[in-house]
Amino acid sequence: MKQQIIVSGIGGQGVLFLTRVIAQVAVNRGIPVLTSETHGMAQRGGTVLSTIKIGNFASPLIRAGQADIGLLLWDANLPVHKGLLKENGKLFISAEQTGEGERIDAAGIARLIGNPVLSNLVLLGFAVKRQALFCTSEECEKAIRQLAPQKFVEQNLEAFKQGLNG
Amino acid sequence: MSEKVKLLMGNEAVGQGLIEAGCQIAAAYPGTPSTEILQTVIDSRDRAIEPLHVEWSINEKIAFEVALAGSYSGKRSVAVMKQVGLNVAADPFMRTAYIGVKGGMLTIVADDPGPHSSQNEQDTRLFCLQGRVPVIDPASPAEAKVLIPAAFELSEKYELNIVLRPTTRICHSRQNVTLGEPLKLGRSADFQRDPTRWAATPAFLPALHRKLNANLEKIAQEPDWQPRLTPSDNSQPRTALVASGIVFSNLVDLLDELGLTGKIDLYQVLMPYPLNPSFSETLKRDYDRVLVLEETYPVIELQLAHPGAVGKQTGHVPREGELLPDILHQVLADFLNLDQPVALPDERRGQRPSLCPGCPHRAAFYSIKKCFPQGIFPSDIGCYTLGMNLGAVNTVHCMGACISQGAGFYQAYAQDGDFPTVVVTIGDSTFFHAGIPALVNAVVQQARIIVVILDNATTAMTGGQPVPHMGIAAGGKPTKSIAIEQLVKASGVEFLETCDPYDNEQFEKLLQQADDYIRSPEGGVAVLISRHGCIMDPSVRKSQEATLIQINDKCIGCRKCTNAFECPALIFDEQNKVALIDQDRCIGCGTCIPVCPVDAIIKEKNG
Ligand code: SF4
Ligand code: SF4
Repeated sequence: MKQQIIVSGIGGQGVLFLTRVIAQVAVNRGIPVLTSETHGMAQRGGTVLSTIKIGNFASPLIRAGQADIGLLLWDANLPVHKGLLKENGKLFISAEQTGEGERIDAAGIARLIGNPVLSNLVLLGFAVKRQALFCTSEECEKAIRQLAPQKFVEQNLEAFKQGLNG
Repeated sequence: MSEKVKLLMGNEAVGQGLIEAGCQIAAAYPGTPSTEILQTVIDSRDRAIEPLHVEWSINEKIAFEVALAGSYSGKRSVAVMKQVGLNVAADPFMRTAYIGVKGGMLTIVADDPGPHSSQNEQDTRLFCLQGRVPVIDPASPAEAKVLIPAAFELSEKYELNIVLRPTTRICHSRQNVTLGEPLKLGRSADFQRDPTRWAATPAFLPALHRKLNANLEKIAQEPDWQPRLTPSDNSQPRTALVASGIVFSNLVDLLDELGLTGKIDLYQVLMPYPLNPSFSETLKRDYDRVLVLEETYPVIELQLAHPGAVGKQTGHVPREGELLPDILHQVLADFLNLDQPVALPDERRGQRPSLCPGCPHRAAFYSIKKCFPQGIFPSDIGCYTLGMNLGAVNTVHCMGACISQGAGFYQAYAQDGDFPTVVVTIGDSTFFHAGIPALVNAVVQQARIIVVILDNATTAMTGGQPVPHMGIAAGGKPTKSIAIEQLVKASGVEFLETCDPYDNEQFEKLLQQADDYIRSPEGGVAVLISRHGCIMDPSVRKSQEATLIQINDKCIGCRKCTNAFECPALIFDEQNKVALIDQDRCIGCGTCIPVCPVDAIIKEKNG
């Protein structure tokens, strides 16, 4: 099984955490995974992109037109990163407005839970529910428990569940 | 699968590799993309079974020298830095090649092709060629970790410093990585005095140089470090691909996607310098055409001197930037006469980075620009480089350059008569790193400049490493704190004030006073310490007042707040032509209030 995923957003939106959760599922399942992440200056509110490659790959980078799935936390990044997606690739976008791809107002839901940054896990739940990703919801929950700070685990899981229902 | 397999970032893998290899002295100065290497050593130091000294040094030169003496004492040591940090450490680094080491010593230098977060994309492998230091170029996080114990052994066998060069895409990639048991080497410090070596005068250096050259010839032939061939079915006869580092990995995936795996001979160069002459001979004998792929400079290509080799030297491979998979695709298509890849859409840049909502630097920059609209603003390396967006940063060069550049600007203008107000901005960590000699120099040379030290009590850019005036060392250990004020005074500065930039009125008053001072007959360097903790630090956030800030209907849509102040929490509603506050991102600091010319930004009473 091979799957190539991009996670796009701006610094401070929890792109890195979302990337780690997905990659952790692969590690838990014992399959190879490679990710690449944006660090440094761009994390200060600039556009950031993570790539995740599940299965037998050597490089973490994704060529144009090769990604199976795009998870976008920042709608305005669509023109910037859309080119990475396959023609039949699936897009899941956190946005209030309607438009291309499957959309959910993840930030709005996360705000109600009490932390707008959790839009990352709302979006994950939304994509998992649509069986787009290689992973199951149980696997994601386990990875969230492993990676979230102790006192925020329940809140994180709540965000993920709201996404599943979204 | 065993529990020992973890999802690790390249830098974490390297950090764990250092602990497992029995490294006992680890010193670094933080810098993207290298920072998490030492951070991992700190966070995982409980895994080490022998004593382990870890330090965030004041700069890379010092980190290198601390590690070097650790090695002289017979222990395994490491110095970690980013590529431009090696320039700072160049002096001891170059001499170490001749003098050598005792316990295994690695210098881990993280390169940043692109560059993503650096002032240039220099190639440490070329630096090593000049410095005559063997250099290893790993192709993945897991490989970087596996190569560390082997590199320590190589270092000990030849008593030479060895460089491991990961690049950003290795440092910041995650992968399944296997953890192992740390080595117990059982060494105690044992410095063997040998002045002809450790204090070698010129008289001894020709012999040491000769020995180095002889050793390099032997290292080039070390069986474990030879280029690795993935042979093919010869469908591309007498043709080969040669790659190193992450480019090799990119190439492997690309060949797979194009159905070319096993169709063309493929070499991975593990140690780009010194390259085995017999490898060059093999290539000359067996192949007519060779494509060399490496980041960022043509280091392998230069050494190969193959008449049929193409690469950066010949213009077949882009000379700048990363060799990303799409770029490789184009290069490969041209080299092998494949179908041309579809043209890529123009690269779009996306959102530019900006100082965080509530960042104290923003308030300081805004006041500086307001007080001295015609000023010259040299600045430096750190988050505050982003002061560029506010028009309050005119130059950014290298660590600590701003103070000397400010002094240079003053000298150049003053010799013509009048001079503009030069306001230098330098972060606290950068000030300790390289700012102190520059400040002494500016005072002695009687430069009339204002130096604003942006003290946010951390190395914010790289994620909050401790700085000397905090009184904490790596891992939160308490230590002596070195006050910036005392250092500034001891440097001969006579105008010294401290102010929280959130208090814009007082801050601007002090800037005016500083300007009066530098223009007075007895004037010289004026220093203003702008002090407010980094907003990324949760304790800072907790300790400061947060009020609900809103924009009322007085807003005339002038965009002053969104353009000149540009807090990311201020957004402009293009439909209604008014400014809005994104309450998800606003931290309620209120520093934007004085910016609005019509007082439309207000504190809600019961916020
Ligand atoms: S809030 Fe004030 S500064 Fe911002 S656009 Fe409105 S009037 Fe201009
Ligand atoms: S109060 Fe103003 S400056 Fe502070 S975070 Fe909110 S919008 Fe930005």
